[in-house]
Amino acid sequence: MKIRWQTIAIWIVCMAAGYGIIYAGEMTGVVDTFIENMLVMMGINIILAVSLNLIVGFSGQFSLGHAGFMAIGAYATGIMTQTESTFAGLIFSIIAGIVITIVVALIVGVPTLRLKGDYLAIATMGAAEIIRLTANNLKITNGPAGLYNIPQLVSWPIVYIMMCLTIIIVANFVHSKTGRAIRAVRNDELAATAMGINATKYKLMAFVMGGSLAAVGGSLYASYLQSIAPSNFNIMESVSILIIVVLGGIGSITGSVIAAIVLGAIDTILQNFGSLRMVIYAVMLIVIMIAKPSGLMGRCEFSIGKWLTKRAAKKQAAAAES
Amino acid sequence: MQIFMQQLINGLSLGSIYALLALGYTMIYGIVKIIHFAHGDVYMLGAFFGYYTINVWHFNFIMALFSSMIFCALVGMLIEFVAYRPLRHSSRIAVLITAIGVSYFLENGMSVLFSGDTRDFPQVIKQVNYEWFGIRVTNVQLLIFVTTIILMIILQLIVKKTKMGRAMRAAAADPVAAELMGININGTISFVFAIGSAMAGAAGVLIGLYYNSIEPTMGMTPGIKSFVAAVVGGVGSIPGAAVGAVIIGCLESMMQAIGFSAFKDAAVYVVLIIVLLFLPAGLFGNKQPEKV
Repeated sequence: MKIRWQTIAIWIVCMAAGYGIIYAGEMTGVVDTFIENMLVMMGINIILAVSLNLIVGFSGQFSLGHAGFMAIGAYATGIMTQTESTFAGLIFSIIAGIVITIVVALIVGVPTLRLKGDYLAIATMGAAEIIRLTANNLKITNGPAGLYNIPQLVSWPIVYIMMCLTIIIVANFVHSKTGRAIRAVRNDELAATAMGINATKYKLMAFVMGGSLAAVGGSLYASYLQSIAPSNFNIMESVSILIIVVLGGIGSITGSVIAAIVLGAIDTILQNFGSLRMVIYAVMLIVIMIAKPSGLMGRCEFSIGKWLTKRAAKKQAAAAES
Repeated sequence: MQIFMQQLINGLSLGSIYALLALGYTMIYGIVKIIHFAHGDVYMLGAFFGYYTINVWHFNFIMALFSSMIFCALVGMLIEFVAYRPLRHSSRIAVLITAIGVSYFLENGMSVLFSGDTRDFPQVIKQVNYEWFGIRVTNVQLLIFVTTIILMIILQLIVKKTKMGRAMRAAAADPVAAELMGININGTISFVFAIGSAMAGAAGVLIGLYYNSIEPTMGMTPGIKSFVAAVVGGVGSIPGAAVGAVIIGCLESMMQAIGFSAFKDAAVYVVLIIVLLFLPAGLFGNKQPEKV
């Protein structure tokens, strides 16, 4: 129990320290608009990657449609905050985005989660494309031109807090009883079913949960960047979120966070190279995948709790010896 | 009725192009079980190589088609050797990401080297229109049908009648057993990539003639749609890929005809999801029982 409280305390200190560092940077002017923009995009990418990792990494369902859920959140915020441009309006629009996403994720997930592997990937990609093409053709979403002049209600502290919340929710979820069931289904669906786990139910749960967190990421994206268009949520966006997850390590939250930060930084550095940027990015991607196919972290997690437990066990062993 | 028939003709020519691409997808997926995401970009390279040979070396249509097929075959083998062979035994998702990386590389590499502009494809064959009962067919469309059918027959013969074809089928059915029987798996896979990419190169030259314009990002959407066609037809089945591609091509032009052109891509994905749900193995795929 003591270790549990210590773990929570250390994590809170870490998160507060992260906030403090960015705040100090803002105050002293180290973090200018350019860097702030980079940090916010990193934060949003972390939300998206961690939520996709819940689907791909922990429940083992290969989804290529994450940008579709992101689009729902983004459009919910974009449309609702234009008429109600207050902080309450933003919160309300995020909730609306989550609710719509839950409904859509259920509609998409119930039939498609029966599929496996690459077929599921193609089906979810198709579903995301249908969402995008719907946004492309509706009047309320302003067609291919998209929405602009969305009030900027989101600043970096909100993104930071949301990012921390997402990580906390997902980390606790995968270590809960439900999360164990989800991981059991990933490791061996047949064996899990034999143990009385309703595989479809848990797969769907992870899918819906990951989707709704992606909608939150989309809402923040829309409100921070102030303009969205259907082309922002195409297959390439889903792919770039998947790349973060795979590079970081499928099934590692720590990996997703690190990969989102590293890729965000690389992206910013490569901006100086102009059009050569994507070529370098592509080569790096191929080289990293060939050199380390399991991603940077594999399935390892950075866990303070485990570290404390190990340290306590060592101390006990030392005390017993003397 | 006339509009319907006209759209059917347009759909068939679009479907033929998709068929050439879908054949590559279906064979490659059948043997190495990877979604060759960069296949659409090989098709783009084929179109650009045709553009180059016609403009610089003044090749005629047949020469351009063959040179483009050979060029794409080499590119396909190179992609397999550099990007996929080292990952033969790693997770599917890692291979998929690598495939996406290759696709990015080809698209953006072409943009950097030759600029991302759209350019006109030289018209090596003068366009002639034929009219039968009010339905207009161009000679380019006929050329697309004929080329596609000839290439598909050749492919079917290679797969069914030759020793290499038998090796391909064996490797697709069970790679380990095939290797034990003395089949050179690496060589066979290279051969499959060569044939599939050659088909894509041919499709690239044909689409250049048909649409008159090419650009470095032209491979993305046809690539995905022809993969959808391969899935609809049943992955691993050559007639299935052809039928699936024609269905997708006709669906697209029919949607255009009834005034839903904005939703034509969405319709393709709806059909895909429906087919996957009710016939998970596709229209012509052989059903595999779930192993316990």
